[in-house]
Amino acid sequence: MSDQMKNALLEYTTRLGDDAVVLGHRISEWVSYGPFLEEDIAYGNVALDYIGRARMFYTYAAELADDGRDEDDFAYMRNDREYHNLLLLELPKGDFAYSQVRQLFADVYYTLMLPQLLQSKDERLAAIAAKAIKETKYHLRRSRDWVLRLGEGTDESHRRAQKALDQLWGYTHELFDMDETEQLLADADIGVDVSKLRDDWLAMVTEIVTNATLSVPEDSWAVRGGRIGYHTENLGHMLTEMQIVHRSHPGCKW
Amino acid sequence: MNEISLMAEEHYQRLQQRNADDVKVLWDLLDAVKDPEVPALSIWDLGILRDIQCNGDQIVIIITPTYSGCPAMDNIRTDVIQCLNDNGYADVTVNMSLSPAWSSEWMSPEGRTKLRQYGIAPPEDAELDADGLTPDAHAACPHCGSRNTHRVSEFGSTACKALFQCDDCGEPFDYFKKI
Ligand SMILES: [Zn+2]
Repeated sequence: MSDQMKNALLEYTTRLGDDAVVLGHRISEWVSYGPFLEEDIAYGNVALDYIGRARMFYTYAAELADDGRDEDDFAYMRNDREYHNLLLLELPKGDFAYSQVRQLFADVYYTLMLPQLLQSKDERLAAIAAKAIKETKYHLRRSRDWVLRLGEGTDESHRRAQKALDQLWGYTHELFDMDETEQLLADADIGVDVSKLRDDWLAMVTEIVTNATLSVPEDSWAVRGGRIGYHTENLGHMLTEMQIVHRSHPGCKW
Repeated sequence: MNEISLMAEEHYQRLQQRNADDVKVLWDLLDAVKDPEVPALSIWDLGILRDIQCNGDQIVIIITPTYSGCPAMDNIRTDVIQCLNDNGYADVTVNMSLSPAWSSEWMSPEGRTKLRQYGIAPPEDAELDADGLTPDAHAACPHCGSRNTHRVSEFGSTACKALFQCDDCGEPFDYFKKI
């Protein structure tokens, strides 16, 4: 494998790890704030799935980097500019509708993206995808059911769900962006060409949102930058909280 | 000849592997290692224990997680090493394998029975819905056997379980999801 390809694979694996840890952390912020006990537990479970996914990607990234870092260094010792996650995933948890709409966007995305990653010529990426696919099926059913329930629920739940759709829509375009790194890997059948997923994603989301008596927003604005480390201010705040224990007690074990 | 199997193919293969192994004694010893979340089940019963490799005195144990974020894996790793150390095997490494991804089909028949006795309905005690996921009702209650039950939550006390309640005996119970 050429150095260029190796670097691209490291970057790609790190990005996927960043996406997983950032969303996993955001979901975990609901633990003990869920609307009722079972939902609280469900959030905890989904967060764990994502954190586990992040560990698998970071462990692989650490092996690729081969510079003495481990999975924890990837998660806890990098600053916001070094995080290359999708912006959608770093936004604060907001209210319940906001989190569920974001989750729906992510779950539909992974429902389409993971089966492609499963075909990767890179065995490790394919193996991680194989594990994650099974979990995402359950995630999607939950977020879809909640969006339906919120849309068809009370005036207030409907209003909040629609507001979440409107506020988050501009962040979904970035999900389907390709850059040189990802194109190189997609051409080599290692990475996924996410630009090809957009039509299916839109169709699935539109169907669910319409069934929920909500409306799909217009494409009037788009925010981009996560993949090159340009973030909203929220990520820095999140990482501060996520990393403080690790950084305050370097090398601590229990 | 037409072979008629009386057990799941996945489990049959695992049994063949275990019985044919030169180090069957190690497989037997590791039956003492239980899943900390479901102490009724050994890591063999759950299908987490995948392989044992021996190279002289060096022993490598291959395990696989049930779910990506399964918090029990670190514990299990420690318990495996402890168990073999206690039995005189000093050089033990535990490796995590991701592929093939764990399937609830790998659970042993004894494991399924133990699960039920422990108060958790095993995967086959519910008929899956059209998407192949946990249904919203009718998982068999492990306490009274009734099918008159409903799902309370898709996600139970751990990632591998959903929460049900029996409408006959009134007891809540965990259902071990099929994946
Ligand atoms: Zn009952």
